[in-house]
Amino acid sequence: MKTLKIEDLSKNFGTTEVLKKINLDIDEGNFLVLLGPSGCGKSTLLNIIAGLETINEGNVYIDDYNVSKVEPKDRNIAMVFQSYALYPSMNVKENITFGLKQAKTSKEKIEEQLKKISSFLQVEELLNRKPSQLSGGQRQRVAIGRALVREPRIFLFDEPLSNLDAKLRVEMRREIKKLHQTLKTTVVYVTHDQTEAMSLGTKIAIMNHGVIQQNDTPEIIYNKPSNTFVADFIGSPSMNLIKGKIIKKSDQISFLGENSNNDIQIPINNYNFDKKIELDNKEVYFGIRPEHIYYKKSNEADFEIKLKADLSEYIGHEQIITFNYSNQEILAKFPSTVKIEINKEMNLYFDLSQISLFDKNSKERI
Amino acid sequence: MQANVSTSSYKQLEQKSKIRNMFLRWFLYFVLILFASYFIFPLYVMVVTSLKTMEEIRQGTLLTWPSALNFESWAVAWGGRGYGAGDTFLRPYFWNSIKMVVPAVFFSTFIGAMTGYVLTKWRFKGDQWVFLFLLFGCFIPFQAILLPMARTLGVLGISNSILGLVVVHIVYGIPFTTLFFRNYYVSVPTELVKAARIDGAGFFKIFFKILLPISAPIIVVTVIWQFTQIWNDFLFGSTFSFGEAAPIQVALNNMVLSSTSVKEYNVDMASAIIAGIPTLIVYVLAGKYFIKGLTSGAVKG
Repeated sequence: MKTLKIEDLSKNFGTTEVLKKINLDIDEGNFLVLLGPSGCGKSTLLNIIAGLETINEGNVYIDDYNVSKVEPKDRNIAMVFQSYALYPSMNVKENITFGLKQAKTSKEKIEEQLKKISSFLQVEELLNRKPSQLSGGQRQRVAIGRALVREPRIFLFDEPLSNLDAKLRVEMRREIKKLHQTLKTTVVYVTHDQTEAMSLGTKIAIMNHGVIQQNDTPEIIYNKPSNTFVADFIGSPSMNLIKGKIIKKSDQISFLGENSNNDIQIPINNYNFDKKIELDNKEVYFGIRPEHIYYKKSNEADFEIKLKADLSEYIGHEQIITFNYSNQEILAKFPSTVKIEINKEMNLYFDLSQISLFDKNSKERI
Repeated sequence: MQANVSTSSYKQLEQKSKIRNMFLRWFLYFVLILFASYFIFPLYVMVVTSLKTMEEIRQGTLLTWPSALNFESWAVAWGGRGYGAGDTFLRPYFWNSIKMVVPAVFFSTFIGAMTGYVLTKWRFKGDQWVFLFLLFGCFIPFQAILLPMARTLGVLGISNSILGLVVVHIVYGIPFTTLFFRNYYVSVPTELVKAARIDGAGFFKIFFKILLPISAPIIVVTVIWQFTQIWNDFLFGSTFSFGEAAPIQVALNNMVLSSTSVKEYNVDMASAIIAGIPTLIVYVLAGKYFIKGLTSGAVKG
């Protein structure tokens, strides 16, 4: 049984297709993050799961029951919004218990739930305050409390941390993680922040233009992006995608960068190709993350190359250096303790166990 | 040396800007006082004249202070002289206006709030057209619809009645009240409505429990606007009612224009003030809540 299952879901606003044939499912207790740039349809998808938005095609199942036509309140879900959406005219207590009152829950039960939730979230001393008298973090807590009190099957979070300042965001992120570890309720969480997605999710679904690009664990998304969009979206700075082609001579498979002379061929014999395809002369992107380019050899298999440093960006604990690889920019990330001279060539070492190759035309991983 | 030179020139500049600022400040006060007196002057003349006897009015100038506080003309304006036919006074018409303005303001505000709520939080296909046509209502000159409206009231059987005027004012208030509420509710996060829907609240519950309690500022604005419009209306009142059913502005006009013998300026002035007092009261009372509503800023939860 899947806690949540989405089947061939399509949604359009007028003539704009927002979601195209989405298929997705979540097992009990998982934390699924919907990640993507703004306008990719992730929030719409969440609203559809909540029942706040109608569906054009396809179905949504919760616990194998088709809820496509079920009212939001009857779907056994709870939602936390970006603006918290606390009812301004009600105090914290009324905010938390509003849903229970609507559901005609008995007074004793309401009191009991309120006590439990408010002590769990440490908002007991705030119960009589209005939302306008709370700080950002407190509002966030109350919003979560209002969701918790419903004891839902699925929690839906719509960019809940975007309105907080950087420091508080990191704190609340950890609280949400703890919350999930304690309660083990299934969560669907929408964000455009990759750090949030990576640190919170047990699964991440990356979306772009209404299509799920990849749906997998954070590790696989990071290490084996399924296309150039995912490769580019995850990581900061994002993965270097070097244009070039594959050259296959007898047993030797290697990569030759565009405009690069024939001497610099990167051997890729050990690369695990996903698909069986004709390799010789194939136009590809050679993907390597800035953190997988080293300034000293750490491994026998590392590929040594001499490149000129063009630009250095110091960001405290590390520095990002831009190199020139036959007129293509390559970024590398080093500890800031290493002294790098600009406009000078230096030896770099590519960790070939960490590379990704993408078909230049289809942009898919090969 | 260098430092000393620049310090002294800074001092000169400082002195200059001090003088300049002082001059500008006094100039500002002067202009403000000038405009304030320009606006207060007619009111002063009205109040002063209403307290004078006719004798005093004839002898003194517009600005002369009355010899004694004489409220007789106020009593005449409000309750008449009591000689029966031809004695026009404001009391019955004042109540006519109250009976007209209270339901008209209440219903037009309420309907406007509902419409604004639907147009922003329950969007439907073509809602922007509905809003556009409603907006259109704000720009139709009232004179243009007098005849069709008279006919409509006739068909409905409520011409020359207070009910008829109430209906007219509600209909012509809705475009404005809708505009006010729509623009206010647009800034209220729709997520509030979504949260309430998940919590199980329906259309009316969300309106009454979530949106209406945070609408105080815009309700006050709308009430001030509608009250002023309806209370001060002369065109609809004079067209769609006469005699007993007339609102106060029509009666005021009749009273001032139909005085038989001499022009009683003191009574006229007193009547005009009486006719204007309720709007003043609304401004003074509601204005306070208006500011309160704005400063409490409870919208952004």
